[in-house]
Amino acid sequence: MTDERPAVIELSDAAVRVGGRTLWGGVDLTVRHGEFAAVLGPNGAGKSTLLKVLLGLLPSATGRVRVLDAAPGHAGRRVGYLPQRRSFDPGLRIRGTDIVRLGLDGHRWGLPLPGRGGRNAAAGTRVAELIELVGASAYANRPIGQCSGGEQQRLLIAQALVQRPELLLLDEPLDSLDLPNQSAIATLIGRICREQEVAVMMVAHDVNPILHHLDRVIYLAGGKAVSGPPGDVITSDTLSVLYGTRVDVLRASDGRMVVVGDPAAPAVHADASERGGMHHSAA
Amino acid sequence: MVNAFRAGTIVAVMAATIGWFMVLRRQTFAGHTLSVVGFPGASGATLLGISAGLGYFVFCVGAALVIAALPRAGQHRQSEESALTGTLQAFLLACGYLFVALYKGFLNGVNALLFGSFLGITNSQVTLLFVVAIAALAGLAVIGRPLLFASIDPHFAAARRVPVRLLSVLFLILLGAATAEAAQITGALLVFALLVLPAATAQAITARPAASLPLAVAIALVVTWLGLLTAYYSPYPVGFYVSTFAFGTYCLVRFGRQLLDLTDCRPGGLLEEAG
Ligand SMILES: Nc1ncnc2c1ncn2[C@@H]1O[C@H](COP(=O)(O)OP(=O)(O)O)[C@@H](O)[C@H]1O
Ligand SMILES: [Mg+2]
Repeated sequence: MTDERPAVIELSDAAVRVGGRTLWGGVDLTVRHGEFAAVLGPNGAGKSTLLKVLLGLLPSATGRVRVLDAAPGHAGRRVGYLPQRRSFDPGLRIRGTDIVRLGLDGHRWGLPLPGRGGRNAAAGTRVAELIELVGASAYANRPIGQCSGGEQQRLLIAQALVQRPELLLLDEPLDSLDLPNQSAIATLIGRICREQEVAVMMVAHDVNPILHHLDRVIYLAGGKAVSGPPGDVITSDTLSVLYGTRVDVLRASDGRMVVVGDPAAPAVHADASERGGMHHSAA
Repeated sequence: MVNAFRAGTIVAVMAATIGWFMVLRRQTFAGHTLSVVGFPGASGATLLGISAGLGYFVFCVGAALVIAALPRAGQHRQSEESALTGTLQAFLLACGYLFVALYKGFLNGVNALLFGSFLGITNSQVTLLFVVAIAALAGLAVIGRPLLFASIDPHFAAARRVPVRLLSVLFLILLGAATAEAAQITGALLVFALLVLPAATAQAITARPAASLPLAVAIALVVTWLGLLTAYYSPYPVGFYVSTFAFGTYCLVRFGRQLLDLTDCRPGGLLEEAG
């Protein structure tokens, strides 16, 4: 991995303020073309907010933010996004194919009914291609509400990719999946990153399922960010300082690293209140 | 009777189309409120000696604007919105009762406002229904796709620069207009027969938007025509028949789907695969 590749994300001295308080500040960060980067940190650290800044949905209070050599929000379809979400309502009667298709032309004015003509045929081919790529052909014609969490996540990755973005921003795509599915989706994203040459910035709660795919990790905690290659950042010393608690990084016999010591522990409170809120709003 | 068929046809097309989006957006409670609000609108208009149709439109669209203006910050958005919407609904319904009480000797009219009537629909009423329906459907034809995107995936849509908030306001206004139209055929209490049931039935039959939207319109047309025809030969209100036929169709489809799902083990059944 050389550092000659062009930067797709550049932050220098960036800071973000929400509700009158500074969530994080003094953040310097570069993600390069084709890299797989993970954003890690406790709940409430501002990981989702970082993605919103990159999408131009929130301004940076200081410094400079560039996304694909443009101001945030001005790179348009060159950026794909998978928002943090709870799963689709089981009663939602729209097929997975339609969801992917919306990623292609949902922003265009007009009727939601696919028209005729060459452009429509090309769109259909592109949607089918993506569904094939993420391995969702078997259930793409089912109502999305009836697909499992992992199946929904694959379709949403296809949706985010359908406009051939150069940068993919994924917010906790492994959330609420079981371990085999977490590892399958992580492998899929790693493969897409290499084969399609898409830079991926993925927010994750647990680093272990994605660790061996990563080129770069970004830790957000305590209002600051630390970023670098996994080997440099994922050390007991760095993580212990960031989280303010003892965190161990172990090497398994096959050379893989495993992070133990419950790095999410300081966030247990935030976690509980967030879930409470979600529960409430769903009621 | 000819005017009743004309009006019913216009209303069925518009209510089914807008109802299709309402069911997808899970906004049936807002739709319910708007329909209840039609009652004080129409009774107030009658009290003032102006046409009930105008009262429906002014109140339904007005209430849609109020719901659209309700604050929606923070995580408890949905439940807070429901509480405020419900409060508005209760107050306006109370106003309706007051208007009815103020207008003495109004009892026959109340029945028509609540349960629908096809008697005495004038040419000018049909024209009004037609103009509003054309305007609303033309508006929907422009915003339809981004509206669907914003309904299913608001965060991704916002990242794609879809004006999510503006679309939700526009949709509520369209919903207000559709409710006001439907109330003039089925009565304020039975608006759901045309707004929810055809859309829910069509969506239960197929998950393909390109099929379920026209299907919803077809179902609405058939139940409206049948309802008008039956009501013509019987003493009971047309809203009762339209609702009953729509409900019957919905039950049949749900039952059929259960059977299909049982025989064909894959969730989703046969019909989704055929596309
Ligand atoms: N628009 C906003 N107004 C006020 N507070 C916000 C806003 N957006 C996010 N926050 C707060 O910022 C904090 C970080 O949010 P978020 O970026 O979602 O964290 P993470 O994704 O790391 O869990 C949370 O405490 C959240 O309540
Ligand atoms: Mg988050």
